[in-house]
Amino acid sequence: MADLKKLYDAILNGDQKTAIAVTEAALAEKVDPQSLINEAMIPAMNEAGSKFECEEYFVPELLLAARAMKGSLALIRPLLAAAGAEPVGRVIIGTVKGDLHDIGKNLVASMLEGGGFEVIDLGADVAVDKFVAAVKERNPHLICMSALLTVTMPAMKTTIQALREAGVRENVKVMVGGAPVTAEYASEIGADGYADNASAAVRKARELVAA
Amino acid sequence: MSAKQPILTDGAWGTELQARGLGPDELPDFWNVAFPERVEEVARAYVQAGSEVILTNTFRANRVVVVERDPSADVAALNRAGVEISRRAAAGRARVFASMGPSGKLLIAGDVSENDLKAAFAEQADALAEAGADAIVVETMSDLVEARIAVAAAKATGLPVVACMVYDSGRNKDRTMMGVTPEQAADELAAAGASVIGANCGNGIAGYVPVCARLRAASSLPVWIKANAGLPELAQGRVVYRTSPEEFARHIPALVEAGAGYIGGCCGTDPEYIRAARAALARACV
Repeated sequence: MADLKKLYDAILNGDQKTAIAVTEAALAEKVDPQSLINEAMIPAMNEAGSKFECEEYFVPELLLAARAMKGSLALIRPLLAAAGAEPVGRVIIGTVKGDLHDIGKNLVASMLEGGGFEVIDLGADVAVDKFVAAVKERNPHLICMSALLTVTMPAMKTTIQALREAGVRENVKVMVGGAPVTAEYASEIGADGYADNASAAVRKARELVAA
Repeated sequence: MSAKQPILTDGAWGTELQARGLGPDELPDFWNVAFPERVEEVARAYVQAGSEVILTNTFRANRVVVVERDPSADVAALNRAGVEISRRAAAGRARVFASMGPSGKLLIAGDVSENDLKAAFAEQADALAEAGADAIVVETMSDLVEARIAVAAAKATGLPVVACMVYDSGRNKDRTMMGVTPEQAADELAAAGASVIGANCGNGIAGYVPVCARLRAASSLPVWIKANAGLPELAQGRVVYRTSPEEFARHIPALVEAGAGYIGGCCGTDPEYIRAARAALARACV
């Protein structure tokens, strides 16, 4: 019998070695990979996220949990793909033009991957055209933009306008975040969603992709 | 009760350079070579406002940050020029404490290695010391491992080292982004060789009064506090900080009472804030 509780604890405690070992053992016993994800891994990441949001966990604990999750997912993904299962959604993420800060963006990318999304990371200081080209080429469900600087935030608006002008705005949902960004600003510039932290970002992404 | 008069430091540089034409996506440190006279203007404005210690425009001049902008940039030259500019502006009226900021990369995520950080901070600290800085300030740190590496590199030059972190997270905004408490920082930064410990940036000056008291209680070292003028907001396309110089200065007596040995401002503060702080210090410490 697969030890779901042990897998849950390993991910919550950021213990990648144990998470991988338990996953391997479970797969050897022919446990349904989807049930590992749904019954242990996603609940563990949700709990890690809620500990982060109530500030019991900080960035290191969250990153370690996401890393443990990714370790297990790497074993499970090929099996799911072979069975024809699709990722939760495809996301393009980047820090906007003029802004080289990527810690927050990387954290969100990690959490989204842990949440079962396929994540295409364009990096930091991403030009407007690069976002638009990536949307055209990769056809994502969601595009996530990050800014740490108040002065670079307006690049989010410019990018949304460029998506509109390129005729692809309706094909994709837009989510924004970063220290100076607010829900009011997100709606003012015509984004579909805003998240205040990396854990809330996963929740919001699921909501936007399902909508 | 009369507390010992703290030493007045300076305010923000980045926002002051932006007021003199620095673009939002330009690295301020490049101006040490491109527009040294504009950088000197900022430094001189702080000396004139009464700063007894001024910093240098070298906050981001470490190799990890600089090469992302310009792989061929001469990192040591940016640092030496930064110290020379501040020394000219100080002209013996203020001491020059050279600024070293974080790499902007997370060690724990594997975005940078400890060896890369050791090399980058050693290169920067050596250039700052060689150019004649009076001390080195390791500031705006959130990760203790990175902070310790920077402090050790600064300490190896033989100069005194100020080490401060940003407390802006947790329920009481008394932890760094990485979850570090003032007590943990006080212990580990002193062990790494800091002569002064402190807090800078953050969510505003009011929140740094209890952080200052905890750093003071946790250590026998002097405490350095440089708070910002609240959090930046965007209003009609312009960046504004809501805390006025007068409001900023109103918290100075509480900081003195909490044991601050050095007081100055961070993001959003300018020479007006330093003038207001100087007046408040004069009133608080008679």
